Amino acid sequence: MKPKIAFYWCASCGGCDEAVVDFAEDILGVVEAVDIVMWPVAMDFKKHDVEAMPDKSIVATLLNGAIRTSEQEEMAHLLRRKSQFMIAYGACAHLGGIPGLANEFSREQVIRWVYQDGPTVVNPEATRPQTESQSNGDTLTLPRVWNLVRALDQVVDVDYYIPGCPPTPKITKAAITALLEGKLPPKGSVLAPDVALCEQCSRKSTKPANLSFTEFHRPHQVILDSEKCLLAQGVVCMGAATRGGCEAACPSGNMPCTGCFGPTSRVRDQGSKMLSSLCANLTAKDEKAIRIALDGIPDPVGTFYRYGLAKSMLRRKVNLPADEAVGVKR
Amino acid sequence: MNPDSQKVWNEANQRANDAAQAQRRRVTVDPITRLEGHGKIDIFLDNQGDVEKAYLQIPELRGFEVFCIGRPAEEMPQITSRICGVCPTAHHMAATKALDDLYQVQPPPTARKIRELVYNAFMLEDHALHVYILGGPDFIVGPDAPKEERNVVGVIQKVGLEVGKKVIGMRRQLRELIAYFGGKVIHPVMGLPGGVSKGLKAEDLPRFKQVAKDGLEFALFTLQVFHDIVLKNPRYVELITSDAYTHRTYYMGQVDEQNQVNFYDGQIRVVDPDGREYARFPAQKYRDFVAEHVEPWSYVKFCYLKPLGWQGFQEGPQSSVYSVAPLARLNVTESMPTPQARQAYQEFYSTLGAKPVHHTLANHWARVVEMICAAERMVELVNDPDITGTDLRCLPTKKPSVGIGAVEAPRGTLFHHFETDARGLIERANLIVATQNNAARIAMSVEKAAKGLIKKGQVTEGLLNMVEMAFRAYDPCFGCATHTLPGHLPLAVSIYDQNHELLKELVQS
Amino acid sequence: MNSSIPQADTWQPRIIAFFCNWCTYTAADLAGVSRLKYAPNVRVIRVMCSGRVDPQFIVQALAQGADGVLLGGCHPGDCHYAEGNYKTLRRFEMLQRTLADLGIDKERIRLEWISASEGDRVKSVINEMTEEVRRLGPLELPDKQRQWDQEMDQIEEAVKASEAEAAHVA
Repeated sequence: MKPKIAFYWCASCGGCDEAVVDFAEDILGVVEAVDIVMWPVAMDFKKHDVEAMPDKSIVATLLNGAIRTSEQEEMAHLLRRKSQFMIAYGACAHLGGIPGLANEFSREQVIRWVYQDGPTVVNPEATRPQTESQSNGDTLTLPRVWNLVRALDQVVDVDYYIPGCPPTPKITKAAITALLEGKLPPKGSVLAPDVALCEQCSRKSTKPANLSFTEFHRPHQVILDSEKCLLAQGVVCMGAATRGGCEAACPSGNMPCTGCFGPTSRVRDQGSKMLSSLCANLTAKDEKAIRIALDGIPDPVGTFYRYGLAKSMLRRKVNLPADEAVGVKR
Repeated sequence: MNPDSQKVWNEANQRANDAAQAQRRRVTVDPITRLEGHGKIDIFLDNQGDVEKAYLQIPELRGFEVFCIGRPAEEMPQITSRICGVCPTAHHMAATKALDDLYQVQPPPTARKIRELVYNAFMLEDHALHVYILGGPDFIVGPDAPKEERNVVGVIQKVGLEVGKKVIGMRRQLRELIAYFGGKVIHPVMGLPGGVSKGLKAEDLPRFKQVAKDGLEFALFTLQVFHDIVLKNPRYVELITSDAYTHRTYYMGQVDEQNQVNFYDGQIRVVDPDGREYARFPAQKYRDFVAEHVEPWSYVKFCYLKPLGWQGFQEGPQSSVYSVAPLARLNVTESMPTPQARQAYQEFYSTLGAKPVHHTLANHWARVVEMICAAERMVELVNDPDITGTDLRCLPTKKPSVGIGAVEAPRGTLFHHFETDARGLIERANLIVATQNNAARIAMSVEKAAKGLIKKGQVTEGLLNMVEMAFRAYDPCFGCATHTLPGHLPLAVSIYDQNHELLKELVQS
Repeated sequence: MNSSIPQADTWQPRIIAFFCNWCTYTAADLAGVSRLKYAPNVRVIRVMCSGRVDPQFIVQALAQGADGVLLGGCHPGDCHYAEGNYKTLRRFEMLQRTLADLGIDKERIRLEWISASEGDRVKSVINEMTEEVRRLGPLELPDKQRQWDQEMDQIEEAVKASEAEAAHVA
């Protein structure tokens, strides 16, 4: 009997599911080897099909997307119960991902802009989506949007992580192969090389031993050389604080790495580690010159924590309310 | 009978009748699949068992417009592409054009052509996916075919393994082209204000010329497949032209100076249900024409034509609902800008009747016509001597404040609007995502299909597929499913009575 | 760490300090030997150089319940390892901006250059900072994070209930 695998998505863009499709011809081999029992983007298995399965009968669930709504959280719990291994697939499940940037804002701020203050919204009655609403005598329900964006392991116990936004077909295949051959590393491992991206970058030889910055350039302000180390060109390339595995895809498009694979195992908070490394290498020695140089990184949260805010040590902008009634009934 | 007993009996009878009258039956389809994201459909039956109302609900929200605040504008192409991993290139390009507007710079000719080349490659591969894997099975295999076959496996059985491999292989090559310029195909990195990050080396050109040539052949082949399997089948033609899938609404699309469709750039044109031009405006003026309506039962907002006001989920002369994407674009364009696409376009209308065509399922055919157009455009661009040029950037010098850009995503017109401070950090952002433009019409299509098909409380497998087809024709992108695996729509229909007792459950799996 | 929510009259600011061995730590020693009295709210951690302080330490201290973090190092030009304190200065500036964007008042982290002979400066800086943090109030991040996560409790209960039901039915 073929091992059962499930794919599911939460607060996701679909790119991780698309990454599996990008196996291209190799997808046929995967279909041969496993029994896919859930994949809402492509298959017809329903929630009650999964509920009917015995616990732990799914060998592995690859769940992508962050957890932002009550429905997503419920599904994470359900699949956790039914699976031997729960694998956080992609940056959103691993670290919170780009949707995690919403942790810099309150839910009220989001709801108010989207449904009332946006320039194209016409909503004089200030209607907002409700977890329960009445229409024509009938009751309609929606899941609740939580205040926080969470990575998967902030909600359920996670066995492994496959990083990337999205993960490459190569590391996904390697992970699935390891799973099927029973050759998995210790629980909690991130299934990608444990080296900084610089190791895999074709520009490695041009990275100076002693990097120093007189200033930082934003990518649209300069023309980038396609062969020279991007840090050496004065742009912020997160590769130095980012786990390898993608073989420097973004630098191959002549743009800097933005950190989507997350940190190596030796770093707890990717954002502050990169901040530390970059800033230490400034040439400026007095406060005024330092401030001017640092103005070249005008959005430190978005630069250093682009994918990892939800899993950072602070997790969220700390002075936002714990919970708010935003016209959504419990 | 004793008068007191009679009275008691009458009252009891009245109560029983009232209860029966008030009885509501509810059919829930949860979840819909082959969307990027989540969706569910709630159908309410009256006491005759006919459909009274149906709702397509989108149950999620991420809040991109808000968490873009404070981010540098030049990061918008890469951040907004995370709205959708199936059409990231559409968001990437719309944001890049908004940056051009923000900094008042135009890309040099080589850069513009590279953008167009990538964009047309993306349109071609994304449309191919929908035609063969998503929507295609409904026609290539048939809406009545057993559900086990109504997926790509069935498609391959019908058209052959060689064709299946051709589809997969063609998409892979097109996506490799996108990754060449964009670093990655899912969430590319190439877009910058006034240009692109990477050029085309002369030694790589022959490979891409071959890809473009193969792409055009493939698009024409797809049209042939569509002819042989769909158009030659009178049942399918009848289905496409049936009333259950017809809506008379306005249509919106992007056109060039000759009023011909251009996916990458142009002005926005809207025609009314009779095909007369209603409006023509640059993307910068979108707020004069596009407004969003909110309902409490869905997180998605519904777009409508602002000057006409929200008139509800209805079609016809009073309606302000409009539609986008392949059918709409064909209805809006005066003709196709490339020769073979033009032929296909002419055949489309001579078969289906005068413009505009209001048959939702004709989107599938229009999509194939657009594949040909995208492929021909790719061939033009790879043969343009500018394409290997080295002038890729026009560096911004002006102070930023407002930038608005629009493209035609595969699923419709997409608007990106950014306002920044003097440093170019986002202060406000507004995004009208392609499927939002269709949201009202999709909701109407689902309801109309449900009403047309569910009678007297009879819920069958056929229903499930027909309701499915009503939204799948739009290839909705708050879900863009693009997978090569058995793609039945997983539908479970649960029928409850007023007391929430489960009466019947049907599962399509 | 004691994580009960502090009462207004009993709460005391808790400040973690990283003092460089050669300058500030020596100055703190001097303050002690000189019997200078200063606020008891600071827990001192000795490092060999202020440049040793990884910003992760500062963020972690705050995340684990500190109300403020104080860094003490040698005056610019006097670093025992030549350049270490410049690195501190550069990192500190950026960290302060980042934390401010995440809702943490700038005054909760402070960098001071205190040489070995400036025992009295240790006293005045600690006293000042304690009062500043007292004015700002408790940060209490562990408690905040627990409060944020309370919204998930209702789901936990619902999940447990439906699992129990499923087990009962099965």
